[in-house]
Amino acid sequence: MSDRVAIVGVGIVPLRVQSRERSFRELTFEAAARAYADAGITHEEVDSFVSVCEDFHEGTSITDEYTPDQLGAVLRPVHTVAGDGLQGIAAAVMLVRSGIADLVAVEAHCKASNIVSHQQVLAMALDPAYERPVRVTPHAIAALEMRRYQQDSVIPDEAIAMVVVKNRRQALANPVAAHGSSISPEDVLSSAPVAEPLRTLEISPYADGAVVIVVASEDAARRAPKPVWIRGIGWASDSPWLAMRSWGQASYAQLSATMAYTMAGITDPPREISFAELDDTYAYKELQHLEAAQLASRGEAARWIMDGHTRQGGPFPVNPSGGSLGMGYCFDATALYRTGAAVQQLRGEAGRVQVRNASTGLVLSWRGVPTQTGGAMVLGAL
Amino acid sequence: MSLMKRKPTRRVAVIGAGLSLFMRRALETGKELSYYAASQALETCGVRLKDIGAVVMATAPDAFDGVHMKGEWLLDGAGATRKPYLRAYVGGGSGVFSIISGWMMVASGLFDLVLVVAEEKMSSCQPHPQGAFLTIFDQIIERPLGPNLLWIFSLEQHRYMATYGIRNDDIARVSVKNKHNAIAHPAAQVATEITVKDVLASEVVAWPVHRLMVSPVSDGAAAIVLASEKVASRFTDKPVWVQGVGWCLDTSYWGNRDLAYPRYVEKAAKMAYEMAGITEPRKQIHVVEPYDPFAYKELHHLEGLQLADRGKAPEDLAHGRFERTGELPSCPSGGLMGVGNPIAAAGLMKVCELFWQLRGEAGARQVPGAPERGVAQAWGDLMQVGTVAVLGLQ
Repeated sequence: MSDRVAIVGVGIVPLRVQSRERSFRELTFEAAARAYADAGITHEEVDSFVSVCEDFHEGTSITDEYTPDQLGAVLRPVHTVAGDGLQGIAAAVMLVRSGIADLVAVEAHCKASNIVSHQQVLAMALDPAYERPVRVTPHAIAALEMRRYQQDSVIPDEAIAMVVVKNRRQALANPVAAHGSSISPEDVLSSAPVAEPLRTLEISPYADGAVVIVVASEDAARRAPKPVWIRGIGWASDSPWLAMRSWGQASYAQLSATMAYTMAGITDPPREISFAELDDTYAYKELQHLEAAQLASRGEAARWIMDGHTRQGGPFPVNPSGGSLGMGYCFDATALYRTGAAVQQLRGEAGRVQVRNASTGLVLSWRGVPTQTGGAMVLGAL
Repeated sequence: MSLMKRKPTRRVAVIGAGLSLFMRRALETGKELSYYAASQALETCGVRLKDIGAVVMATAPDAFDGVHMKGEWLLDGAGATRKPYLRAYVGGGSGVFSIISGWMMVASGLFDLVLVVAEEKMSSCQPHPQGAFLTIFDQIIERPLGPNLLWIFSLEQHRYMATYGIRNDDIARVSVKNKHNAIAHPAAQVATEITVKDVLASEVVAWPVHRLMVSPVSDGAAAIVLASEKVASRFTDKPVWVQGVGWCLDTSYWGNRDLAYPRYVEKAAKMAYEMAGITEPRKQIHVVEPYDPFAYKELHHLEGLQLADRGKAPEDLAHGRFERTGELPSCPSGGLMGVGNPIAAAGLMKVCELFWQLRGEAGARQVPGAPERGVAQAWGDLMQVGTVAVLGLQ
């Protein structure tokens, strides 16, 4: 049996700021129905199911209890990864490569609109004894990292503002996006500081949604209408302690990308990869992740964004979907939305956000403050 | 119908195991407990942390610690810094699922050496960890009724008793057996010699469940090291092979199910047995560690595992079939009722027990007859998930 693994189905519910009319189960059902139809299968043909969720985001302990019904997975092998969307896909890849499954569905959903204060939830991810007493807010942790990164890589404020302008504008052409808008760098730079140097518009806004991705063995992929190949996948975590991180460099992204490139046999990432969907939970992260993933050399990311190199029509499009800044931030579902966007690019089905000559794409994720966990996946049309 | 597409080609071995003491109110943090179990597992097989390719963590609800993304917080204690790390989660079934998750990592060919750690620190949840379980119920349909875990399990036990005409003293024997078995376990928290009379004289927590039919609140950690076939022989000449794994999740609407029989355990077991090539479980399995957070659950699960007829496990127990020296030793470790129940760690403790039993290293707990194959099983969520691992010497 071959070790090749593909994505054969994508089911995306458009991200929206509110989803009052539907429960998370209904959102997930819609995503699952779309993904199975896209793959040309029924839920009964899926061999194993993986959900990605965290208790405190759901307001429910042991929240994996509520995963099977809406996926059509009752009395089937279902498990939850309390982790990033790409870690969920990694679990699916491993199930397929072990031989026991040909088709695996990976699910994530987000009802951010149910959460009164996500910052307070994130504050509970800090160590209760050493870190919480300092009463540092999660956005301030990002701001510290942003300051250090700007210093290390010589990134002007204007370059970070341009990331917001680019991604919000690109999102206008993406029907899945919730936060598309046409704004200027001045709008971003004059938005209120949250924790200096971080400004309000440099933080991706929340959105609700659900997404299901169907992962398949080579055998099953050959029967599927539109397979896109997972050429490499990687994920890594660095120290959870605030006091023990490099701050300037996204070490988790570098480790994950290296693992994914090794598996994919990629030795020259900027030449071999044609576009990227990179985490941009905060605007500076897009630039930091470009460098960590060895797509740009140190300081180069800032030049790229300023001269339009990473626009949808540029030589190396980054976040043509609009990224989290433009689509909306949806916790651990974010990486699956971006996976969906990359698959559509490689199929040539990305509509108005389609990039030219998309043959190999990188998806790179981060679990957000205060973690140093992320994933990377290289997708190819062939 | 086949429950897996094809038999895996890459074999996975357990080569090391480690266990902390199980206790109420450990002074160690969850990270420290993880470190203790993980280092013991590594030291006993001579694997260095730097050679570990990836790490799996199992730990139950974040609400116990009041820490969001608890897996992220615990990762350095488990040795996962700068490594691929995965926290797989199926509620109470997580402990046995952790070896399944580790198995995937090796069986996929992605990693040769994987460290699997399971940790639970329940005592930091004040005033009592049962409080965390108030938040597991459906927010709209169930939570307004204010149910807790003991209530729903008492419903299940009652249904089991009513369906098959089982009496409470039949169930009390599980507590007597397991607490006795645990006397030989150096990590045990609630080992003791008691009688059926003592169990039935203990306070009723939620009828028909008595205090001594419930496992305790515990802190603890367990760990194992998994290796690919080509690497295993470098570290040990006594590998224990993961012959089969299975898991199954039933509907969230537990009120719609017949609670008398755990059909999800049956499906998980059948998947694992198929992978292991087991056609006659009662003959081909020599030692079993079914999940026993409540006394009735061990019996319930033995039936789901196809190791006793439906409704007949209590009779088999009364006849001594499941004693350590019986025909099919069940929970020779002492189980959750005797060793303790730090949730995810308790499941992996059962896997550790099989590792030691199959290698003949279980000391005073050793079952006779040189067992060659064992089964560990855990259960969780809303009486909803079964996780099964078959370990063997071949």
